[in-house]
Amino acid sequence: MLSLGSGGAKSTKPSFVSYVTPEEIKSEKDPPKKEKLPDLLPGEVEFCSANPILKYTQDDLSQRGVFGTLFCTNFRVTFISDETPQEKKAKTFKNKLYGENDIPLVCVDHIYGVYDEKRKLITGGLVKNKYPSKMIIHCKDLRVFQFCLRFTKEEDAKKIFQGIAHHCLEEKSLKCVFAFSYMGTPSPGTDLSFCREMQRKQETIMFDSPEDWTQEMKRTKANCRLVIENKNFELSQRLPKYFVIPLAIGDLFSYQGKGLPIWCWSHYSGCALFKASFPPVTQEDGDFQKHLETMINAVAHNYLYSVKTEDLSESLPNIQDIQQSYNKFKQFFLIENSTDFWLSDVKWFSSLESSGWLDIIRQCLQKAVEVVECLEKDNTNVLITEEEGTDLCYVISSLAQIMLDPYYRTLMGFQSLVQKEWVAGCHAFLDRCNHLHQKDKECHSPVFLLFLECVWQLVQQHSPAFQFSETYLTVLSDSVHVPIFSTFLFNSAHHRESVMKAESPLAQSGPLSCPTVWDWSVQFDSKAQNFFYNPLYSEKVKHEKAVRKPHKPKHQRQLSLPSTAFKTPLKKGFFKDETDSLKKMLRVKRLSRWMGSPDSPAATTREFYESWQHRPVDYHGLLLPCLDGPAVRVWMQRYLRWIPEMYILGGGSVAMTTKLMELLSQVQDLKRVLEQRDTSQAAKIDHHPYLQHRLLSFGSSGRLSSSFPFAYTRNRSFKPIIPTGLMQSLMVTDSLASQEDEASSVASFV
Amino acid sequence: MEKSGSVDSVESLCSKGRAIEKVLQCKCECRTWIKSQFLCIDLMFFCVQVYKDTSKGELPLLPEELVQDSAKDVTYICPFIGPVRGSLTVTNYRLFFRCTDREPVFGLDLPLGVLSRVEKIGAATSRGDVSYGLACKDMRNLRFVHKEPEDSLKKSVFEVLMKFAFPVSNNMSLFAFEYKQVFPENGWRVYDPLAEYKRQGLPKESWRISKVNDRYELCDSYPAALVVPVTITDEELRRVSSFRAKGRIPVLSWIHPESQAAVVRASQPMVGQNGRRCKEDEKLLQAIMDANAQSHKMFIFDARPSVNAAANKMKGGGYESEDAYQNAELVFLDIHNIHVMRESLRKLKEVVYPNIEDSHWLSNLESTHWLEHIKLILAGSLRIADKVESGKTSVVVHCSDGWDRTPQLTSLALIMLDSHYRTIRGFQILLEKEWLSFGHRFQQRVGHGDKNHTDADRSPIFLQFIDCVWQMTRQFPAAFEFNEYFLLTILDHLYSCLFGTFLCNSEQQRLKEEVPKHTVSLWSFVNSQLEEFVNPLYVHYASHVLFPTVGIRHLQLWVTYYIRWNPRMRPQEPVHQRYKELLAKRAELQKRVEELQREAANRTASSTSERAGSPTRSITPVQTFV
Repeated sequence: MLSLGSGGAKSTKPSFVSYVTPEEIKSEKDPPKKEKLPDLLPGEVEFCSANPILKYTQDDLSQRGVFGTLFCTNFRVTFISDETPQEKKAKTFKNKLYGENDIPLVCVDHIYGVYDEKRKLITGGLVKNKYPSKMIIHCKDLRVFQFCLRFTKEEDAKKIFQGIAHHCLEEKSLKCVFAFSYMGTPSPGTDLSFCREMQRKQETIMFDSPEDWTQEMKRTKANCRLVIENKNFELSQRLPKYFVIPLAIGDLFSYQGKGLPIWCWSHYSGCALFKASFPPVTQEDGDFQKHLETMINAVAHNYLYSVKTEDLSESLPNIQDIQQSYNKFKQFFLIENSTDFWLSDVKWFSSLESSGWLDIIRQCLQKAVEVVECLEKDNTNVLITEEEGTDLCYVISSLAQIMLDPYYRTLMGFQSLVQKEWVAGCHAFLDRCNHLHQKDKECHSPVFLLFLECVWQLVQQHSPAFQFSETYLTVLSDSVHVPIFSTFLFNSAHHRESVMKAESPLAQSGPLSCPTVWDWSVQFDSKAQNFFYNPLYSEKVKHEKAVRKPHKPKHQRQLSLPSTAFKTPLKKGFFKDETDSLKKMLRVKRLSRWMGSPDSPAATTREFYESWQHRPVDYHGLLLPCLDGPAVRVWMQRYLRWIPEMYILGGGSVAMTTKLMELLSQVQDLKRVLEQRDTSQAAKIDHHPYLQHRLLSFGSSGRLSSSFPFAYTRNRSFKPIIPTGLMQSLMVTDSLASQEDEASSVASFV
Repeated sequence: MEKSGSVDSVESLCSKGRAIEKVLQCKCECRTWIKSQFLCIDLMFFCVQVYKDTSKGELPLLPEELVQDSAKDVTYICPFIGPVRGSLTVTNYRLFFRCTDREPVFGLDLPLGVLSRVEKIGAATSRGDVSYGLACKDMRNLRFVHKEPEDSLKKSVFEVLMKFAFPVSNNMSLFAFEYKQVFPENGWRVYDPLAEYKRQGLPKESWRISKVNDRYELCDSYPAALVVPVTITDEELRRVSSFRAKGRIPVLSWIHPESQAAVVRASQPMVGQNGRRCKEDEKLLQAIMDANAQSHKMFIFDARPSVNAAANKMKGGGYESEDAYQNAELVFLDIHNIHVMRESLRKLKEVVYPNIEDSHWLSNLESTHWLEHIKLILAGSLRIADKVESGKTSVVVHCSDGWDRTPQLTSLALIMLDSHYRTIRGFQILLEKEWLSFGHRFQQRVGHGDKNHTDADRSPIFLQFIDCVWQMTRQFPAAFEFNEYFLLTILDHLYSCLFGTFLCNSEQQRLKEEVPKHTVSLWSFVNSQLEEFVNPLYVHYASHVLFPTVGIRHLQLWVTYYIRWNPRMRPQEPVHQRYKELLAKRAELQKRVEELQREAANRTASSTSERAGSPTRSITPVQTFV
């Protein structure tokens, strides 16, 4: 078995396009005998294979393609070309686990079979004796593969089709997920980069220990209580191992932790954001009502006796709506040929709108801004609730934290945030991502993707505020469908722990340890990881060591707007001397749900946005997204990267990044020259924030395509992509269309 | 690092305020005046302006700009921040509105040239308030309310405004003819046709520069210098001119330096219903084809939809029949006429101004068809560029008259093919050549100083072209020497009537009116402060042909132009701002290294024993542009 080191270096990829039609080839030559084997990962087992299979190149309708062998293993479906690659192109951005012709089994979204020119969706039950002449695989990362099965022997074709359909579509148990076979974690050996990776990895706070939580509370100056009573999940299996609640809560054990307000983040003023799971209001008895009141009171006690609650299941689309909308949306990107592309191009905007996906993104961001407004402007505690409390609550709370806290806009901070809110917080990744192909459609929903989409909107609007790049987000969204990382495989902390424990005796090597997704070295070498960093990140200017103040600078202080428009927060403890009645009065007043206000929330947040916008940009302060129609965009990199019609050769943001990198390296060179000088001369140079950046190295290939670093343009001669079907595109039925260009000329000619 | 007062279009408001202040302080200096004016335009962008020196009430006037009237207590109904009370001043060039009793101080400053319509809305109310609506050519409408002067003999400030907003209708001259700013550069010298054809490497053996139109007798909307195949005599050209609409004969626009494939422009042939032919025209096209040894074919691109082209036969026009023009393939590009475009922009304005309906934004945008038109124009240009570059064939481009869609297509194809046109000066030459000298009817299409806002000859053809260029700059952020601000400046001065560049309909008219003599060229202004317009990301790749992606998915609405009046759509600090900082940083470090090296050199000269750990690194790789 090959070790990961060499296993990762898969070099086979089709760089040859056959220009003869398959029929010609068939008559001309025998199927090639030599069969190439895929480089298997440790623990990967081949199920079946078939040869020759024709993989269509996506470019057009002509039946061109590459012959090769199709394999199905316990990890992926993979295609290996018969052609020896003519030239080995060093790919700068290569995933070590799977290449461009590999589809991890859980990444398969849908399989279509073409039977006599008719396309049918393959479901588990449909796999009987008949196999299609053409198999189309739609992936969750939006790649589309088309394989022609006509040239291989019937039983081989049947076997591979059934094998793939079975392993990709049938419901399976968690144990069958590749992560449990991929135990032979490769020994890192003496890889120098590994040590660095480890360090880097360690920077991500996992929130699986009380210390992590204490640290986080300290960082945000939270005045709450850490709950360790659920260490062995005695309290609830749905609750995290460790969590933080308001100080005022005494009784933990009623209602199995249901309705417990769980602390997310504290504002420097003292007010804090909490989330809770609430059952639907209608079903509750008086007892529970009382319980809820206690809980809300406890939250209110946290700061100034004020709280605003918001039931997200009422004001945001539910997870099924999200799933439906996304299903519609993604269809626009699963494009099989040029004709489809140009046909759908005409109705592009209205199609996008009809899916409602961008609108859901806008609603989530809007809601997050409302939460931010309460915390930042009104300094009230906020309690967001939801039935389960682990889906939209996380979207909103994470977004609000990113907007408020610059720490979460660094790469490590962001990973810690995902860890804190989503992973430790028990988001049901397994169900939501549907890794096991369960038939139950109710619980599938791309909630985490929705969160990444919202973050992307922030990144594209305020790129210098983020240490990570768009590419990082795209890779993270892909990694959800790589079944190796413990991060996305479980439904809750309890689930993770129990499965891992149960598995460990089998592995006979201590407790099971899947890598977390944050261990990026599993997927990318350190050079490729540089693409995760935003070269334009405006890093915070660090104070000179000499001038450093004795007390640590509080991260939150910078959050405060340097403004007079915002009221200064009242002194803490102001109410302590007040009578109870006043408290009560205030409470009633401030407990109002902000949704109920006569002004539409959009109008008030709009005002909030505008007043923020009038201030100078502070990338280390509060960050708000613009939510107007044109500002919410499609995540081009993620959705359009595989569509050849979309490639701009020599253009796109990569052209800009290349130029920037060039300049950055020049500045760094100069800096180095100066620093060398400095050792001999005491010349003082201020530390410029740009200089801690890492450099990307692009291949010297000259002109990269806009889809870099994901898809590479090969074999595409330097030719423009000329739209087809323009004729039907614009039917202006207006009488204007037939009017003569020059008004006067009508008269002269008629 | 020196903080210059010349603020980039997107610097934060804070420093912008400072800059304005600075500019306001040094009024004596004319150049700063101009800048302040641009800053003002720029500032409207943000809807918020800061005037420090309000107590004196002095206005930053341009040379020859005179205050005509002013009124206090005018309310501007801002669609974004609500009613604002302030004072209104009208000069012979622009309108000022400023409000001092709010924080931050609010102001409007717009050249009267952008007004397309000024009208009273409704009758005076009981309180004597009258409301005026100002429709602008730059995608906004303004509304003012003020008291009718009690003295009925005194004219309302809006009547004065109407007079100066439409000088042509009132038999007055445009402000451009009064404006006498002197710039270090003379923009009227930017374009010299002979030098341009020389730059293209016009091969003398196959093409010649004809003087047949020297006095604009052959065609009054064409330039004096025309490039035609050597084998065609002037007499033959005269005959061709009677066969082409408005006498706009096929002439060379650009020639490929290697393959010698040519881009030729013309107007439609006057084929008519009877299928008229003209053997000189056929000979001319054959000669164009023959001038390119690489190909024995030629493409004729008719910009119109085929239906419209056919309909033109009824009016004597039409298109080349393939019988008459052998070896020529005719392609229709389906681009609609000026009326459709005008309507599309009108719809777009409705959708973006003043308020955007968020949840239906995309379908509303689609219903305007604006981006679809942009796509078709870009797609057409792409096909032309592809035929010339990849197919090495010569092309003839025409529409009906050859002065609207034709310059859109040829100039975009030229930008794709020739990197020279992607530089600031090259782009100016392109505009001077393809648009101005070849007679795009700017006066008619824009309606400078003309109050007839319903004129059917108005159409945003040039705006559409600039939009297409902008789309290309988005797709190729490092391929253009100019930045977005350059394009915005061109569009602002398309309407402002401050410069003579976009006045009149043709070269002949401009000469007759002595425009170059009496007005200042926009390029004088631009080229005198080039640094404002430079794209810091620019990399000059001389041989690169750009093939943009024309799918709607890659086209965007130009928010910073069409929606720039909406304060919420204010752009955040763009990448090039940070890039500029980096460039400055590099320059600073470079200077520092040089200084230190000099110092070290001096020291080693004085005492050879002292050996500082001087770096052996060469600093040569650090050059401004690679």
